[in-house]
Amino acid sequence: MVAAESAESIVKAIHDPSWFLRYSWLIALLPAVAAAFTLFIGKRTPGKGSVYGISALAAALVMSLGVLWTFVGGERGFYEASIPWFQIGQLHQEVGVYVDGLTAVMVVVVTSISLCVHVYSLGYMKGDVRYTWFYVVLSLFTSAMLVVVLANNLFQLLVGWEVMGVCSYLLIGHWWEDHVNSSSAIKAFITTRVGDVPFMFGIFVLIFITGFTTSNIPKISEIVSSGGASVGLVSAAALLLFGGTIGKSAQFPLHVWLPDAMAGPTPVSALIHAATMVAAGVYLVGRLFIVFLDADPIVLQIVAIVAGITMLGAALMAFTQDDIKRVLAYSTISQLAYMIAGMSMGPAGRTGAFFHLFTHAFFKALLFLGSGAVIHAVHSNNMSEMGGLRRRLPITFWTFLIGSLALSGVPPLAGFWSKDELLVVAEHEGHPVLFVVLLVTALLTAFYMTRAVLMTFYGEFRGHGEPHEAPRSMTGVLVALASVTVVAGLVGSPQLGAVFGKWVYFQELEEALFVPWVAVLSTLAALGGILIGYALYRDYHARDPLRSLGGAYALVANKFYIDDVYWKGIVRPIRDDVSSGVYWNDRHVIDGVVNGAAAFTKVVASGVNWFDLKVIDGAVNGLANIAGFTGGLLRYIQSGNVQRYAVFLFAGVVVLAVIFTKI
Amino acid sequence: MIRLPLVLFLSAALFSTGVYGVLARRNGVLVLMSIELMLNAVNINLVAFGAALHDLTGQVFALFVITVAAAEVGIGLAIVILIYRNRETINVDEVNLLKW
Amino acid sequence: MTGAEIAFVVIGVAAVVGAIRVVTARNVVRAALYLVVTLSAVAGVYLLLAAEFVAWVQILIYVGAIVILFLFGLMLTKAPIGREALDNQRRGVAFLVGLAILAGLVYLIQGAFDWDAARIDPLEGSVAAVGSSIFSRFVLPFEVISFLLLAALIGAIVLSRKEDRP
Repeated sequence: MVAAESAESIVKAIHDPSWFLRYSWLIALLPAVAAAFTLFIGKRTPGKGSVYGISALAAALVMSLGVLWTFVGGERGFYEASIPWFQIGQLHQEVGVYVDGLTAVMVVVVTSISLCVHVYSLGYMKGDVRYTWFYVVLSLFTSAMLVVVLANNLFQLLVGWEVMGVCSYLLIGHWWEDHVNSSSAIKAFITTRVGDVPFMFGIFVLIFITGFTTSNIPKISEIVSSGGASVGLVSAAALLLFGGTIGKSAQFPLHVWLPDAMAGPTPVSALIHAATMVAAGVYLVGRLFIVFLDADPIVLQIVAIVAGITMLGAALMAFTQDDIKRVLAYSTISQLAYMIAGMSMGPAGRTGAFFHLFTHAFFKALLFLGSGAVIHAVHSNNMSEMGGLRRRLPITFWTFLIGSLALSGVPPLAGFWSKDELLVVAEHEGHPVLFVVLLVTALLTAFYMTRAVLMTFYGEFRGHGEPHEAPRSMTGVLVALASVTVVAGLVGSPQLGAVFGKWVYFQELEEALFVPWVAVLSTLAALGGILIGYALYRDYHARDPLRSLGGAYALVANKFYIDDVYWKGIVRPIRDDVSSGVYWNDRHVIDGVVNGAAAFTKVVASGVNWFDLKVIDGAVNGLANIAGFTGGLLRYIQSGNVQRYAVFLFAGVVVLAVIFTKI
Repeated sequence: MIRLPLVLFLSAALFSTGVYGVLARRNGVLVLMSIELMLNAVNINLVAFGAALHDLTGQVFALFVITVAAAEVGIGLAIVILIYRNRETINVDEVNLLKW
Repeated sequence: MTGAEIAFVVIGVAAVVGAIRVVTARNVVRAALYLVVTLSAVAGVYLLLAAEFVAWVQILIYVGAIVILFLFGLMLTKAPIGREALDNQRRGVAFLVGLAILAGLVYLIQGAFDWDAARIDPLEGSVAAVGSSIFSRFVLPFEVISFLLLAALIGAIVLSRKEDRP
């Protein structure tokens, strides 16, 4: 699809919003309510609380489809509604929804995949020690993601963003009894937080652009597009926002958390780390696209470079993984880079990127859930302990195969259409380097997925025990997702009118384009990758053939030593040197000041005490002594001698007589 | 025809002598004697005024005073004798238990 | 100056001299005897003032009983003899006080009465009148005095009784 000259639609408000639009905020609220119900009465409910989340998400999915239906029917505009939240000075914060075609697509994706995961977890998490809590956080997470997607202002988006981060942390560390899991959870949380700092600053810059009055996204977009802010400011905002994307969507250099996040339960990996949370970074760029567009062109180039590096690096790292989930994790990183690369190519690329996000969500979730079924059967994540599962887990095998073919970009499955669209945009808009990188990555993707499939499902079973197929709650979901994967791509295929582009577009509709030679090229890349993989891994028994690459293999297998750099360069110095330095400071300097103040107070107190004893008590005692002294003098009058008293008496009489006569 | 002031002078002289005696004498009996002097001076006053005013009240009261003086001397001497019995002395300087 | 006055002055001087000797005698018995002189002189003054009954009672009670009591008291208490034994150390102050009283009284008297105008005209003997006055107008004080004497009598006996120690 290419930017057309047609001025067919301008973004404007919908005249008569349907019921689904007006109550679209319920879509985000229902899962939160379900989370509360599950939290408080889940344990006492039959089924241990899973029913609330599933029913809420089913309802939310229905509503999301209703919302999407509005746009399927040809609506072009948007619906916005909000209520005031709080006000600081001139800054008015609100809570509200902004629903356009993009929002509709996103809510459908989130609710459907979340519903699949909720149902899948019935079987996968059965008997888990914290079953109810799992569903609480799962529903809460879904609610947070929906808040992000539906948000009409950056502040609300940030709130949802952070809640997602917390839920991700909680879910990765679900089995925290094992130290590895809790460490992974912390790593994920902190790494994304590192990205959140520039994100927040980006929000501040954007609020500043509005003169500190609002963080409303349409208003910000309007100010930026009408030139109300300098290019420098807008570029700064774009780069800062992109920092958040790098963290949340696991791009280089903050990609290190995603593979370790696989320590969490597989449904979590499917929902959060494939389909939704990591996609939030992409969504952010897309929603605030005007900021990126109107920034200095170097910003988009930086975005493209980051995406390109991540894409290739992650694909390479996927070759060397033994853990099946880690293969998928690196694949996710690589595919997210695809989407971001698409974003860097302008409005047409934006549509393509969101289309890829749409399709990727389904087949990546499918692949993760399928791997979950495999892990459930084999009780191990490592592909070296799998093999020959094709016959024992037939449903899992076929669905997984469909998913990996989609991911590799084999037509007519979903992945082909979305990848193809990105390649077309790259070619048409004149991004040759990106075109090559995208193509090479597609080949690599096909290769490592073939490797994974062959190692897992073909050959001889190398593990222990008797693997058996997963329960129906799990396989049912796999089948459902596989079916969607088959047809989902068709909504974007130009042959069928590229409906997707009518939902998600930037300010103007794109023209649907089909370039045959690009399509052929991408198919060839996919098939080529599959062939190479087949050749290398057809007879896989024990030793990975890639190991013969020696040093190069070691480099990639160690993830290019990036983790080690972080550990030695950042984490360890802070933990050991900085923190001990801070501790020393606290002990000696701070405590020294406090103790010194205390000692000083003691000195002053002893001085005051001396004063009190000597001076004040001295005064009081002195008065008492004076009284005693004068008393001691006066007592001599009391002589006991009557005649002396009589002397005084007569003398007094004389005196009185004299006085009275004188008066 | 005695001039009244003369009589009063006499009375005054007796009274002040009695005062001196009360204050200066150590022996308790001598103190009582000095008190008698004072009482006599008062009697002279009463009688003199009674004669000057031709009123017998002065004489009557003088009689009463004499009676009272007699009673008082009786009691006083009894006390003095008791003190002598207890302390072997009637030196009033030595009767000073109420000393500080 | 009439004859009565001359007689009065003579008797008065005797009284004063006697009084002075009472308070300055070194011998207690001599002090008692000088007291007799003074009291007798006072009785003489009463006579000059036409108060016969009072004069006679004065002699009877004072000289006849009270002085005897004093002498008995002196005898029973073995009073010492000598100036240092009889006068205490505040003689000077006492003298001053006495002098002050005398001066004050003299001042009062001479300021209150005209020297020539105030005279005493003695009347006839008045014993009968005194007696009737006591028993009519002053009967109540008379009865009270009786009680007083009774109380004094009992008190004196009680005080001077030897205690029987158990």
